[in-house]
Amino acid sequence: MSDHDYTPSSKVGKWFNDRLPLLTLANHLTDYPTPKNLNYWWTFGGILTFCLITQIVTGLTLAMHYIAHADMAFESVEHIMRDVNYGWLIRYIHANGASMFFLAVYIHIFRSLFYGSYKSPREIIWIIGIIIYLLMMAAAFMGYVLPWGQMSFWGATVITNLFSAIPLVGEGIVTWLWGGYSVDNPTLTRFFTLHYLIPFLILGLVVLHIWALHVPGNNNPVGIDIKKPSKDTVPFHPYIVIKDGFALLMFMIVFAFFVFYSPNILGHADNYIEANPMVTPAHIVPEWYLLPFYAILRSVPDKLLGVVAMLSAILILAVLPWLDTSKIRSAVFRPLYKQFYWILVADVLILGYMGAMPAEGLYLLIARVATAYYFLHFLVILPVLGFKEKTIPVPLSITESVLGGTPNLAAARNRESSEKLK
Amino acid sequence: MKNLIKLFYIISFIFLATVHSQSAEKVDYLKTDWSFKGLFGKFDRGSLQRGYQVYTEVCAACHSMKYLSYRNLAEKGGPEFSIIQAKAIAASFEVVDGPNADGEMFTRPAKLSDKFVMPYENEKAAQAANGGAYPPDMSVLVKARGGGVDYIYSLLQGYEDAPSGVTLDEGVHYNKYMYGNKIKMSAPLSDGIIEYGDGTVASVEQMSKDVTTFLMWAAEPHLEARHRMGFKAIVYLIILTVLVYFSMKKIWSRVESEV
Repeated sequence: MSDHDYTPSSKVGKWFNDRLPLLTLANHLTDYPTPKNLNYWWTFGGILTFCLITQIVTGLTLAMHYIAHADMAFESVEHIMRDVNYGWLIRYIHANGASMFFLAVYIHIFRSLFYGSYKSPREIIWIIGIIIYLLMMAAAFMGYVLPWGQMSFWGATVITNLFSAIPLVGEGIVTWLWGGYSVDNPTLTRFFTLHYLIPFLILGLVVLHIWALHVPGNNNPVGIDIKKPSKDTVPFHPYIVIKDGFALLMFMIVFAFFVFYSPNILGHADNYIEANPMVTPAHIVPEWYLLPFYAILRSVPDKLLGVVAMLSAILILAVLPWLDTSKIRSAVFRPLYKQFYWILVADVLILGYMGAMPAEGLYLLIARVATAYYFLHFLVILPVLGFKEKTIPVPLSITESVLGGTPNLAAARNRESSEKLK
Repeated sequence: MKNLIKLFYIISFIFLATVHSQSAEKVDYLKTDWSFKGLFGKFDRGSLQRGYQVYTEVCAACHSMKYLSYRNLAEKGGPEFSIIQAKAIAASFEVVDGPNADGEMFTRPAKLSDKFVMPYENEKAAQAANGGAYPPDMSVLVKARGGGVDYIYSLLQGYEDAPSGVTLDEGVHYNKYMYGNKIKMSAPLSDGIIEYGDGTVASVEQMSKDVTTFLMWAAEPHLEARHRMGFKAIVYLIILTVLVYFSMKKIWSRVESEV
């Protein structure tokens, strides 16, 4: 990496770069040394950037035609679907784009969990990521309210009512959030404003996320620190650009299938019924990407504790770098952690399924066990595992692990066993 | 490539799980072959025109369709009545307009640009005339019901005598596809209730299919354009993906690593 010695070849370029080093930045981004063994799970960072930009561009276009008023919102969405040129396309991209965004972010998060990308020295990248994820959930929730269908209205009612669980000031806070004594026009207009604002906050945080990433550089499937640049790295352009591009295209094929052939399958039918405060839907269900947390919320019998459990389930991720005591990053070299990792994945999927089911009988029981296990994983299993687990020797360089060479591996084994003797 | 397979496996698994979870309460709806499903799905023009006839002669007595305009009837991808036919249809309805130069409201025949005339002044009037139950607006009805077209198609044919043990209140009917089986709407269709202009026999099954097709178009007027564009977009993406794949292979052949 030659960040500091970069000089533009043209005179004009040099003049400009001395005053605003944009060309140095561009040079840094293209030359950025990236581990050469990154697998396809690493392409979701680029895919997420694409998702964010798609949501912002389609969202801006929709905002030109949408009317944030309780009496007109539903109708204006139908106006977009029927009369605006390609309005149906823009709206379906935006609505399904939210689902694709969450699909990608969950893969991105679980990749981090598998390869230990949250560990030192990448804690700040991880924490910024968690804040982005929280903002994404807020943006998605408020966006779902805007069409002012039945699920919009009742989802907003249920979620905002959670704040009433706060002792003493809860009721006051809810009234303040609503801008009145029920979810109504003032709620809709403020949700629209915030839904418009949050993506730009996310955009800013994404810049910080990438900036923080470019300090230590990417983690990699082997999870070892590497020298940069070296035989273990490739420049970001063209190697990673083309690989991310290929993965993005595959992702877009799935995306296009939803937009063009099943645009409503991920939504709820009730949201095509205009909001009616006098009629409560049979089941109030959030969008699929919020279901695991919804299951945690409902599995606690007490309202306040349920809210606390739901929030903790997300916030616990922020302290993950300190809960995981293992020095080894990649699960590839952690045989026990690897198994617990897949159990956690299954646990979250089960929670998601239970979140869509009525909270009663066996469903509720399973949800409670799964909730307990979720916290057990982070609060007990991870800290203990770091001390108890016997890990597999880690190779010294990526080249070694890629080429399957043995000399250094043998050296590493020797070193590790000698360390153990000490 | 092994990783890619895993990737696709995970994606499909998650979405299948979601879809399955959202269709938990499964009912076996009546099946028929809808021409608008599938990669190249298009509406059957004749069915749409007949469906409009069923809507306007039967359903429209109680159900509004407030997001549609008469011009939609002549638009591409819909029933595609000729402009003259659509104008004639519009002119058969009276709308209130105004105020005129004297400040008075007046009625005039509807034009292509007018929205479908509603059977009742407002929701309350509709409820009052229908024993307290509001006949839902039909503009997006197909998308507002869990089973979609299959549900509507089945519901229209699902009227039966109540099984023993089920007591029905005055003005309530038994329908085996209705949520909770009790419905305020009496069976709207019966064989030969209307006479199709094109000579098709107006059986309950035929009318159910036609009117459901019409409702699908009403809810998704750009469905044909969407399918056409979708096919092109996906073919384009696949070709581009293949090209990028080989470029990637070429570029990465310079390093000792696998892609």
